[in-house]
Amino acid sequence: MPTIRLENVTRTFGRTKAIDHVSLEIAEGEYVCVLGPTGAGKTTLLRLIAGLTTATSGRIELDGREVTHIRPEDRNASYVPQQYALFPHMTIRDNVAFGPLARGFAPQESLEAADEMLRLVRLAHRATAFPHELSGGMQQRVALARGLAGRSPLLLLDEPLGAIDARLRMILRYELRKLAKGLGVTVIHVTHDQQEAMSIADRIAVLRDGVIRQFGRPSEIYEAPESPFLANFVGGANFLEGVVVREERDATMINIAEGFSITSSHDDHGMGDFVVASFRQEGTIILRNASLEENIVPGTLISTSFLGSFLRCVVNLGRAGEVIAKVPVRDALQRKLPDRTGELVYVRADRGRIMIFDRPARSLAVELEAF
Amino acid sequence: MGRPAQGSQMSPKRRVELFFDSISSSRGARITTYAIGVLFFLVIVFVPPVFGILLGGPRIFEMLSHADLLSRGASAIAASFLIAVTVSLIDLAAGLPMAWFIVRSRSSWVSTIDTLANIPFIVPTVALGYSVLSFWGGSQGIGQLLGSQFVLSPGWQMIVLLHFAFSYPVIVRVMVGALQGYKEVYETAARTLGASTFTAVRTVSLPLLKPALVAGFLLAFARSLSETGATVMVAGVFENGPVFIRNARAAGQESPLLFVSLVLIVASSLFFIAIRVFAPKMRLPVSTVWPRLEKRLSSKSAVASRNFLVFAVFLLFVIVPSLFVVLPGAGAMIDGTLQEAISAKGIWSNYWQSMGVSYLVALVATCLNVVAGLPMSVLIARKRSGGVVSGILDTLINIPIVVPSIALGVSIGIFWGGITGISEFWLLVFAHASITYTYFVRSMIAAVESIPVEVEDVARTLGAKPLMIFRRLTIPLSKYALVAGAIMAFTRSIDETGATLAVAKTITTAPVLMVDWVKGTVPASPHAIGLGLAILVLTSFASLLVLTIATRRT
Repeated sequence: MPTIRLENVTRTFGRTKAIDHVSLEIAEGEYVCVLGPTGAGKTTLLRLIAGLTTATSGRIELDGREVTHIRPEDRNASYVPQQYALFPHMTIRDNVAFGPLARGFAPQESLEAADEMLRLVRLAHRATAFPHELSGGMQQRVALARGLAGRSPLLLLDEPLGAIDARLRMILRYELRKLAKGLGVTVIHVTHDQQEAMSIADRIAVLRDGVIRQFGRPSEIYEAPESPFLANFVGGANFLEGVVVREERDATMINIAEGFSITSSHDDHGMGDFVVASFRQEGTIILRNASLEENIVPGTLISTSFLGSFLRCVVNLGRAGEVIAKVPVRDALQRKLPDRTGELVYVRADRGRIMIFDRPARSLAVELEAF
Repeated sequence: MGRPAQGSQMSPKRRVELFFDSISSSRGARITTYAIGVLFFLVIVFVPPVFGILLGGPRIFEMLSHADLLSRGASAIAASFLIAVTVSLIDLAAGLPMAWFIVRSRSSWVSTIDTLANIPFIVPTVALGYSVLSFWGGSQGIGQLLGSQFVLSPGWQMIVLLHFAFSYPVIVRVMVGALQGYKEVYETAARTLGASTFTAVRTVSLPLLKPALVAGFLLAFARSLSETGATVMVAGVFENGPVFIRNARAAGQESPLLFVSLVLIVASSLFFIAIRVFAPKMRLPVSTVWPRLEKRLSSKSAVASRNFLVFAVFLLFVIVPSLFVVLPGAGAMIDGTLQEAISAKGIWSNYWQSMGVSYLVALVATCLNVVAGLPMSVLIARKRSGGVVSGILDTLINIPIVVPSIALGVSIGIFWGGITGISEFWLLVFAHASITYTYFVRSMIAAVESIPVEVEDVARTLGAKPLMIFRRLTIPLSKYALVAGAIMAFTRSIDETGATLAVAKTITTAPVLMVDWVKGTVPASPHAIGLGLAILVLTSFASLLVLTIATRRT
């Protein structure tokens, strides 16, 4: 039985639909990330599950019990907001003991539960400190401990790593997952950082304009995104608009511009369809010399930038537009790839890695917007 | 998953806590709590002072047939508004540079000046009134300082000087608070774009500080419009609204008393609402810049001259007149008046009695306001009754401090006068509760608004019931505002004369007695008056000190 079930949940604010007919099932102990651009409705979704906002329509169940109109204090779902909202006038220990106390534990028992949680997040030695005396990372751990101390089986995290610097964020995200898995709690973790979501989630729900666009394992969303937006937002990709000009088994040829076509092994579109062909930036290969075979096109190198383990190359394909290739640095050095702008290069994408989408009703640029 | 501890392990106190916490979660409990807050506001604070006057019926308009009374009343009302607007504008002109100096200057004198600027706050207004009267009108004050040609007779000039002295710290306090919260970065940005300090302040900072300017103006305006006791002392034969009402009451003229009260209630409420509605739409002139002139005004010498002028005004018109009451008070120490006072002989018996009444009334009124004001503050700050209703309540709670307190007292007297069984003491408590309510609730609203909503959200998802959130989070996080609000309400009540004059027939409070002493209704020597006021100042100061220490310990 799933821990959380949302059925056609809608929440409107005036004329704006913040959440639009969302249905979702999350199993007990699952770590789910809700990923989406700013204004997608992520926080509203979390607040609906916490009971801090009431659904305009639809039904919410927690642990098989309908809670749509149940107050937050009676839902047993701990909410951790982005800025943690640690109680500034209480010590760390009292902060963490607040949940057990609120749930009716005896004071002594509450403090013991708090101490246990503080040991778990390695902050027992700071129990008597006040929140403002701790670093951002420590505050984040206290907020987690506070959310968990009351034995709540469900943790709702709103951008829990958003206020922490990039390096520490990388470390803490794994700790977060480890802690949750160790305690067996179900977690819904809201984030706008796709790398964060990909690296720790069991499943990701991608939200846009209040609608869940795809819900699945990180690899599923990366390998088989259901729209150009998803392909772009999760992982990043190149997009070329065109028309299907030939259709065979395992081969669909798309004419992108005059004299320039590419072939994909996906074959679910018919002749004459207006489509968007897409391939991952890290699956885009740059060659110094090549003969013009299938899916190899010449272009001009516009810029290169060093991203640590990758070299990011932007290549102009003339009327077809621009593509980006993320080339592993070692590969670039071994093959002595050109790095001077203006040089002629060849771009290749493997037939099997080219995805085909219906051309979006709105323009491609609007479809790809992530803000 | 663990289970809450069972009954056998719980202390009785914890059981009681849990019991009330769980009750607070019910819809009925929440509605009842907020209903008590709203009912108290409507029945005690708002309706009697604002609408009670209408129960006066046709008597109110009898005055219209007396042309001489009508013209006297109209002049008095006009004088009230004219003086209040003039004084508030002068306050802004003199108080803003002072606030700027207090916040921005790195001078070692800042904290001393900051404390001095609060003196008129600490000195009860009746003491301030006598002080101003003695300084500007006595031979020992300005006469000795600058010559007898500068001595003023009681009248409108002295009212302006008095009102300026007691409303000046209001503007300074409000602007210091606003400037401390103002991010200087906007001004810095303007200056790096080539604006002189004067231009940056005029075109960037002041428009951003406009809400505080309007709030300060309104508070100073309300204080000036409302003040009665001290104004009576320095008015001589001149009449503004409150003095007219007091004189009419003394002469037993009921219709003028009611009519002028009604007009003052309506006019001051309308003026307040108009300012609230139109001030946000009013634009300060920012589109034109006079670079050369404003650069000159930003020069060191220009700033030094401005500061000198501000301090001179502050010393001559605020500090010295405020503290002048010390002289006759000191005289009382050596001529035997002090012994008389201590032994409670003659007029002093009444004095101590009235002092007891003042403190008792202030205590009861403040307690009532704290208990009933807390749910109202949460209701308004958290918009629990919806945005529109909360907004309306937010505006209405200001009315009692805008309406002149004597008019408010007249209205309360009529409202409760029709209900038998209410003693004069409780009438006085209700009047004081009405006048001081806003000070407490405003302070609490600001404090509750400053607590991030997320704090309460998190607590709720952790299982906390509303009462637990109130007990463990709202109160501890707003305790300074709670105590500060209670202190403001308490001291305002101790200071109150207008409404007391209007509702009390047999009971006398200390400031009202002081007005009688100064006006000669009760024969008292200048040293006795000085001592009586000095004791009032000292007790006011001592109660503030005690409460401040208590706040630090909590």
